[in-house]
Amino acid sequence: MTDDCCEPNLAAPSVRGARLSIALAGNPNVGKTTLFNALTGLSAKVSNYPGITVERRTGGLTLPAGPAELHDLPGTYSLNARSADEQITFDALAGLAGQQAPDVVVVCLDATQLARSVYLLLQCRELGARCVGALTMVDEAGAAAPDARALSELVGCEIVPVTARTKRGLPELLVAIDRAARSARRAHWVWTPSATLRVQLDVVRAALPASWRSSARYASKPTGEQVPSGAASAELPAGDDAIAVWALTCFDASEHEADELVGVPPDFRGTVLAQQFALDDEPVLARWAWLDREIPKLAHTHPDRSLTERIDRVLLHRAAGFAVFAAIMSILFMSLFAWAAPMIDGIDHMFKAFGGVLRHLLGTGMFTDFLVDGVIAGVGAVLVFLPQILMLFLFLGFLEDCGYLARVAYLMDRVMRSMNLNGRAFVPMLFGFACAVPAITATRTMERRRDRLLTMLVVPLMTCSARLPVYTLIIAALIPGSRVTQGLLMVGMYAFSVATSLVAAWVMSKTVKPLKAKRLPFIIELPPYRFPRIRDVLRMMWGKSSMFLREAGTVILACSIALWALLYFPRELPESAPDYATLIAHAPDDDAKAALVAHEQASHLENSYGGRIGHAIEPAIKPLGFDWKIGIGLVGAFAAREVFVSTLGIVYAVGTDADEHSQPLRKALKTAKTTDGRSAYPPLVGLSLMVFFALAMQCMSTLAVVRRESGGLRWPLFLFTYMTVLAWIVSFLVYQVGRLLGFG
Amino acid sequence: MPSSLAEIPLGRSVKVRAIAGARAFRRRLLEMGLVPGVTVRVVTIAPLGDPLRIEVRHGQWSIRKAEAAQIAVEPASPAASNS
Repeated sequence: MTDDCCEPNLAAPSVRGARLSIALAGNPNVGKTTLFNALTGLSAKVSNYPGITVERRTGGLTLPAGPAELHDLPGTYSLNARSADEQITFDALAGLAGQQAPDVVVVCLDATQLARSVYLLLQCRELGARCVGALTMVDEAGAAAPDARALSELVGCEIVPVTARTKRGLPELLVAIDRAARSARRAHWVWTPSATLRVQLDVVRAALPASWRSSARYASKPTGEQVPSGAASAELPAGDDAIAVWALTCFDASEHEADELVGVPPDFRGTVLAQQFALDDEPVLARWAWLDREIPKLAHTHPDRSLTERIDRVLLHRAAGFAVFAAIMSILFMSLFAWAAPMIDGIDHMFKAFGGVLRHLLGTGMFTDFLVDGVIAGVGAVLVFLPQILMLFLFLGFLEDCGYLARVAYLMDRVMRSMNLNGRAFVPMLFGFACAVPAITATRTMERRRDRLLTMLVVPLMTCSARLPVYTLIIAALIPGSRVTQGLLMVGMYAFSVATSLVAAWVMSKTVKPLKAKRLPFIIELPPYRFPRIRDVLRMMWGKSSMFLREAGTVILACSIALWALLYFPRELPESAPDYATLIAHAPDDDAKAALVAHEQASHLENSYGGRIGHAIEPAIKPLGFDWKIGIGLVGAFAAREVFVSTLGIVYAVGTDADEHSQPLRKALKTAKTTDGRSAYPPLVGLSLMVFFALAMQCMSTLAVVRRESGGLRWPLFLFTYMTVLAWIVSFLVYQVGRLLGFG
Repeated sequence: MPSSLAEIPLGRSVKVRAIAGARAFRRRLLEMGLVPGVTVRVVTIAPLGDPLRIEVRHGQWSIRKAEAAQIAVEPASPAASNS
């Protein structure tokens, strides 16, 4: 009952001036990435689909007929897209949303999961794509692997067994792609719609927007090719039926289940929604009925999963499983938290030293300051993230490819569910304790946009390593008590951050519309364990890290230069300021000279635009117990939270490079007095300040990364607003209630 | 004695009878091959009590109990099957 719909006139062999465009599709975990890397070599580029953080990888390919482009599509089990994320694959394959339909689609077929793989191939064939099957995992399937020739006859397109690691089968695959590109486009259906569905399909097909019809989607490329007359207007009725099937099964306007598709013309949507959905399951069941009838004829045995089962018996075990899990997560966490530190310090020192040399060579002046403190320090601010980002992608890539990341989600789902997230959110949340920037980048391992967004909105609440110097300084300088109570307070700050992120995630998932928990199932595959191919992991690590530098790095650099300017200009000191140049020239000794220089710097900072902002916001932060000096510190902390410490160091004229262990700075804070002679920073202010740092969004790099990962300014603005408002309210309560109770 | 996948004992193979629940949820399960008549088995329960690890068509999936409860199953005895 094979139903072929052949359009001989639409041949339009695409071998001509324009480069052929080849798409690579497949289920997740079928070795698609390995095949992509083997085919494209070093030419692959990682970028994002516009406005969305689904990675798009493109590489060059040399076919017998000439060069071509290979596009790696996100792994999927089905083309029936309901969300914007899933729509990428569908649009790319069907040639919707302004994209050029690929000339050939290579579908990766997992020999150990044949039926499920062929399901996707059937959908591609229904659309009218020219398909070639790449049969992977043949070694692993062993005796269960199907005969490629028999499979090829069954599905009606060429099937080439490939082993990407050894490049076996790749030349044959290229030849098959080449042949497919010259063949006629035809939609191939293995099932026939019922009479009732047929009526609906005809109605929907008649209403298809012009650009969605196969005549437009498969129109020849405008590169002076010879088009057989009439070809451009020819249509693939069955290919358009496939679009209609998608529309009928996926469009939904019901309250709880509305689809999240973008770019669907409203009147077309209206026509589709006017149909009855009584036959919703028919296409899916019809394909599976065919698969269950035909596939068993090809494969008589089943792949051996016993090794994976034995490993899972340990790794998913109640006790042993959690022990291994804790060990792996500790290694991961330490790699970001501690092991990256020497590299980060190294980069930091290198840039400082380089800046010092430059300053020496160029002499003092505004341009030198700009170059050294603005540009070079800014580049350093970007590159300090590189060690963590590299390690993150190295470990994540390894764990994902070997199959363990799916197990982490399985083990931790129950915990993450309590915050209306799923198990996939665990790893990013954990990384939040090291640094929000890699943590937010790690949300890419999550499938759904809503889950990614919610996770990246709560990750910045975790006690990141940049908060530690601030807490250390405040606790040491302002909080009295023994080392034990001080230590307990630090632990308390960690617990506080976990609690607030849990509550924030729960509240936002209940109140903010795009973040509301959908009734979507959390079903993930637990693939067989496989040893990752190191070369693939490294290539992915490099591709993703360089994309981070390109996209987030440029924003961070621009922001740090802007922030430098804010705290540098204007250079003129007010009339009332002493003549520091003369004073310094006549200083009796080096100590006096250094003190004068420090005071001059303090005056400059106070007089800068940033300093004026610090003054200006004093009325707003006074109810929290902060004065304008802390206000300037808060402005400086926007570069990175730990900069608060060195900014306060300048304000208090103890030098430009004070750190949290600086005794002069601690003393200055401890002895600081208000104008009426009271202590400026009683312990209550210290507590209020720590709470403010725990909650406030003071990190431009985090905002830059959220902007990149969420694809716009909306969510970084939301993040900034909610965290800052939350910080103000809670610090206000801490300070004011504390005062009412007689503290401070 | 029809029951759901969330209720059957670990390790016992059963057959999917029907899938209830919302449209998108049902179609997603169907598309991954969890169609009526297919054999399914709960392999283990996660250490924290949820989700379940199930085996369908020689592949394994993690699925929450609440979702498994939407999958009606029947005994997989040879007598019950008439394929």
